[in-house]
Amino acid sequence: MNRPWLLWIPLAVVAFIGGLAIYGLAVPKDDQVHSAMIGKKLPEFALPAATAGVPALSNTDMADGKPRLLNIFASWCLPCKAEAPHLEALKSAGVEIDAIAIRDKPEDVAAFLAEFGNPFRRIGSDSELAVQLKLGSSGVPETYVIGGDGTILFQHIGDIRAEHVPMLIEKVNAAK
Amino acid sequence: MIAEAGLAALWLAAAMALLQFIGGLTLLRSGAGQLIPLIKPAAYMQGALCAFAFFALMWLFYVTDLSVLLVASNSHIDKPMIFKLAGTWGNHEGSMLLWVAVLSASGAAIALLEKRVEAKTLYATLAVQAFIALGFFAFLLFASNPFERLVPAPLEGAGLNPLLQDVGLAFHPPTLYIGYVGLSVAFSFALGALLTNQVGPAFARAMRPWVLAAWIFLTIGIAAGSYWAYYELGWGGWWFWDPVENASLLPWLAATALLHSVSVLATRNALRAWTIMLALVAFAMSMAGTFLVRSGILTSVHAFAVDPERGAFILALMLMYTGLAFVIFALRIGTVKQGEPFQLISREGGIVANNIFLSVILAVVLIGTLYPLAAEAMGDKISVGPPYFNKATVPIMVLLMLALLIGPMLRWRRDDIMRIKYWLIGAAAILLCSGIAVWKLAPDIGIFPLLGIALSLALAVAAWLPLRGRKLLRTPLPVFGMVIAHFGIAVSVFGMAAESGFSKETLTALAPGESAEVSGWKVTLGDIKPVVGDNWVAVEGEMVAGKNGDTFVLRPQSRQFFKPEMQTSEAALLTRWNGQLYAVIAQPDQEGDGRWQVRLWWKPFVTFIWYGGVLIALGGTISLFGRMFRRAKKPAINKWERA
Repeated sequence: MNRPWLLWIPLAVVAFIGGLAIYGLAVPKDDQVHSAMIGKKLPEFALPAATAGVPALSNTDMADGKPRLLNIFASWCLPCKAEAPHLEALKSAGVEIDAIAIRDKPEDVAAFLAEFGNPFRRIGSDSELAVQLKLGSSGVPETYVIGGDGTILFQHIGDIRAEHVPMLIEKVNAAK
Repeated sequence: MIAEAGLAALWLAAAMALLQFIGGLTLLRSGAGQLIPLIKPAAYMQGALCAFAFFALMWLFYVTDLSVLLVASNSHIDKPMIFKLAGTWGNHEGSMLLWVAVLSASGAAIALLEKRVEAKTLYATLAVQAFIALGFFAFLLFASNPFERLVPAPLEGAGLNPLLQDVGLAFHPPTLYIGYVGLSVAFSFALGALLTNQVGPAFARAMRPWVLAAWIFLTIGIAAGSYWAYYELGWGGWWFWDPVENASLLPWLAATALLHSVSVLATRNALRAWTIMLALVAFAMSMAGTFLVRSGILTSVHAFAVDPERGAFILALMLMYTGLAFVIFALRIGTVKQGEPFQLISREGGIVANNIFLSVILAVVLIGTLYPLAAEAMGDKISVGPPYFNKATVPIMVLLMLALLIGPMLRWRRDDIMRIKYWLIGAAAILLCSGIAVWKLAPDIGIFPLLGIALSLALAVAAWLPLRGRKLLRTPLPVFGMVIAHFGIAVSVFGMAAESGFSKETLTALAPGESAEVSGWKVTLGDIKPVVGDNWVAVEGEMVAGKNGDTFVLRPQSRQFFKPEMQTSEAALLTRWNGQLYAVIAQPDQEGDGRWQVRLWWKPFVTFIWYGGVLIALGGTISLFGRMFRRAKKPAINKWERA
């Protein structure tokens, strides 16, 4: 063998892979999905009102200088019912919430609001999932923190539980 | 009592392994032979004690002894008996005990059966085998004791992950494990031969049956796992390039390369250093596979028994063994003399091509599997999926298939390409005609499915050609084995290409009485009714599928398990000779109008993927029997052997 150092390459590969594996074990796993939309402006959209009595929603409505939450929900979704009281709690803490109803019918939305209360300022109806996809949301419920200039600051996937409420209030306040 | 006896047997077995290791070590270091008479008996005892411990654990699962922690947390009094028994290895501790039991049993088998290598090489091999066993004994006894008691004993037990309560899956992990551990024997032989300067045909002949056996088990394990994922996960795919799937593929790729290079070493005394290297890599990949599954370091649907601390233990073992092995390799490989020369156009040349392509695929899969980890270390989050793996591996597989069309036809040492010119013309004609036919039939299926079909048709013919001009009754069994395995590759690749090129899918919501259509099949949803099993309830949709006047009934289920709570979908499969109709029923449609989400696929020739896998394993088995049979009859080296 003319180049004896070549013989040590397998060992170097083992050492490299071992180093990676040690790193992988040592660093706690971050299973949070980080959306590529964070830090970007809301996509342009103008959704019709989801039900009578609550105004419609467009992206310009949300860029009025005031940070708020954007909740993606549906009347047919069970976890959305479970998170309703926590949305109420957020509203009473002074957080403004807009919403997009996914694949819903006006009468179902009305019934949902009548049963679980209405914490929302505006509700757009996204029957084609077009806006949901543009937002990078893949299910219901999801909640975004939107800055006063219409920038997406944070995405919460799944229902809001009691322990999430202070975190969301803080994120909205921090954006002021 | 049984549990304590099992634990005691494990400790004794570990002591035997220590004795076996020290015996071999003193012989190697100073030539002192006082301990030699003890080495083989220690290997037998170690094998017997581990077998006892394993059957003791199986007995505890059989009687559902809930005072044993492992039984209580993985079994349940209401579980069907077959799954109670499968529970023995369907968990971390039990599967590691199985690993050690197979390792010790193969050590005992080497001690008992191996007569072809020099005594010193055999003892060195047994010492390495004992050294590996010691690490895993330490792991079992200190970090994964399967016999730990639970006080007080619970009344019914927690159950087994429902995805794992499946007959096919009950046998998938042990099959893979036997393959993994079988490669440890190749590893031990390689180091044994390296340490005693015996790298040559005799060593290759001794190692070959073990590589072959391990490879057969890996092939079966991978094929079974792929079929399980196909019908149990309900996604309609058969390979997902999931890290844990890759973890089983990597040793298989290395073992396939090793299987071919060891033949060159056994027959022609060439590729000496390379074969040693592959033997070390193959077992390194096996340990990496075990580590990936057990540590949960990469996100995977297979992460059934994840525990980072145990992962660290296995990682330490893996780094120690592979690290030491490659240090010995670097220091000693200089003593291995250059093998016999050969020309590029020769059987050896074909096998070198096979080895290069397989190694490149191995590297590509390894890089893709570890890349997310490396990216994360750089602060980037990335997942590597089918788009990378398919694009990067399929073109190399095409090259591999091309080599396979020619390689087995060539003679050893040197050959003239013009000798097989008629076959080359024939192969080109088959490729061209089938390629054009497929392109006319389906212009938009894509280049790789098209190439896959054309290549598999050519290979389906080429595979049999090595039998040409032979007297069939006097042809050695390994030649038949090779022919059948290569034909199996053709069958399997045909299935993969047809499935990826021609599958049709329909996703719809049906109310009872409504129907949907997929690829000429009309599927009507009939009754939806609840069904009750031993430890689950399900909604079952009765579907009537009809085509050309024939009708069949399919019953896909959406199952809810209780212990532990989990939902699974049981796909219903209708197998025809030319493909499968695959039906999945999900939960009621979201709008609550009485319709059910139904997903239908028509997958042409998909079953060929696994038929091919069975043929490949069958070819290996025939070859193995041939080797064992011939070994008994004719132990001397035959210089003119053609296989």
